[in-house]
Amino acid sequence: MDAMTGAVTDARTDAAETVSDTMRERFASVTSRLLDEDPRLAVVLAEIGRDGFADAARRHPDRVVNVGIREQLLIGVGGGLALTGLRPVLHTFASFLVERPFEQVKLDFGHQGVGGVLVSAGGSYDWPSGGFTHMAPGDVGLLDTLDGWTVHVPGHPDEAETLLRRAAAAGDDKVYVRLSVQVNEAPRPVDGVRFLTLREGRGGVVVAVGPMLDNVLAATGGMDVTVLYATTVRPFDTATLRAAIGTGGAAKVAIVEPYLAGTSTRFANEALEDLPHRVVGLGVGRQELRRYGGIDEHLAGHGLDPHSLRERIAGFLGR
Amino acid sequence: MTHATSTAIAAPSGFAELPYLMGLMTGDEKHGPAATSTLDALWVLYDRVLRVSPATATHPGRDRFLLSKGHGPMAYYAVLAAKGFFPADWLPGFGGYDSPLGHHPDRRLVPGAEIGSGSLGHGLPLGVGTALGLRAQGRTEPAVWVLIGDAELDEGSNHEALAYAGATGLDRLHTLVIDNSSATHGRPGGIAARFEAAGWSVATVDGRNHEALYEAFSAPHPGRPHAVVARVEPKDA
Repeated sequence: MDAMTGAVTDARTDAAETVSDTMRERFASVTSRLLDEDPRLAVVLAEIGRDGFADAARRHPDRVVNVGIREQLLIGVGGGLALTGLRPVLHTFASFLVERPFEQVKLDFGHQGVGGVLVSAGGSYDWPSGGFTHMAPGDVGLLDTLDGWTVHVPGHPDEAETLLRRAAAAGDDKVYVRLSVQVNEAPRPVDGVRFLTLREGRGGVVVAVGPMLDNVLAATGGMDVTVLYATTVRPFDTATLRAAIGTGGAAKVAIVEPYLAGTSTRFANEALEDLPHRVVGLGVGRQELRRYGGIDEHLAGHGLDPHSLRERIAGFLGR
Repeated sequence: MTHATSTAIAAPSGFAELPYLMGLMTGDEKHGPAATSTLDALWVLYDRVLRVSPATATHPGRDRFLLSKGHGPMAYYAVLAAKGFFPADWLPGFGGYDSPLGHHPDRRLVPGAEIGSGSLGHGLPLGVGTALGLRAQGRTEPAVWVLIGDAELDEGSNHEALAYAGATGLDRLHTLVIDNSSATHGRPGGIAARFEAAGWSVATVDGRNHEALYEAFSAPHPGRPHAVVARVEPKDA
């Protein structure tokens, strides 16, 4: 697999006898079609991902803009486009979309009072051999310091398409869509608002975010727990979480996220503030592993492989 | 703390009245060069160049003026009040909790302000996006003007924007640099040279000479963005 180009050889869609595309490829194809349909949409790139938009750029030279390797300008241009009434869609790796130009995200969208869609690639460690410079486990946590960002974390290219279409059509909302090469085997019918209830049990609630679902399902096999699937994490679906909490005893909630561990713990605590409860946040650790290798090795390195997850979730629920 | 009074203050509309309007904010009718470094250039722009008025302040086809250097906005507020974008009796509240007029402008609070600024280096990238957005909607008439300070050019984001705008010939974009020699590591001629190297049309003028400013603002620059470097008294002179 080559995470730089997003090319993936994947046999997981054998049943449908189709060749699966990546989330990034789906982003380019879907957004290119949306550019044809919606004159308000504009795409801004900073070199990364430009090949996927080559045809769209020929059809819409004024609405597909590549600013070069200039990420402060990437965000500022997005804010400027929005000031004229367009709906900008900005794309690069998460490290360079959210972390490097964070003050531009804060001011050129939030403070100016305009909206746009930030679509990231690379996630926490989509390209492990690229090292820590291309890892952004803190992206969602950073956006949590700002007001009003919707955050979608799809776990499958089909879900990415649904959420990208929803984001493009979301008026002047500020929306972050976190694409990854980490995917689940099958898509779920996500709606861009609610968590889905995939299993029901009495021993606790496990919330799996986006690409963590398959590992969570494997880890909790045979356990008497409810499994919720979250692909839209901001706003946090308080109602579904509360409905999943049974009556009697203290609620137990484990949240398994593909980014920084504990990012959503505060939101679960606030959802349950009037009830006795315990929450554990599992995700990517803060400490750099300083390892290259593959995604599965990094998942294991952060205790997010099915075996580690089963031990950690069972340990938490059994306490 | 001062409060906006309910007594209407008549808005004078000439350049000579601007010190009076600034005095409503500062309680001082005589201002040093730093407070007025932008005053002449702003006045000439709003009085003779920009096609925008209170009646067209939200019109899609208006010219845009983006004050990137948000520090010391008294001259900007005075010009906007003189031109009727908001009542002059807002001015005495300057900086107060209930006032829309902060020490850095907020576009959500100030009629006529195209951007909120204060953090340096945001206006030029926003201006590039504004020019691109207007072009994408077929609006080739409106001009986009961004005011920055010479020391503000220290911020790297400006260089991302000016390099891109020059290379792509974004000719509806204009930058007004108020040069009061406030950059610690600036050098004479350095500002114009940077814009020229990036492919901009550049004029350097006396920032107190209204005719020279008007001529520089109005100079044709086909196929290239245009920068006007307006030199005024050194900040620390």
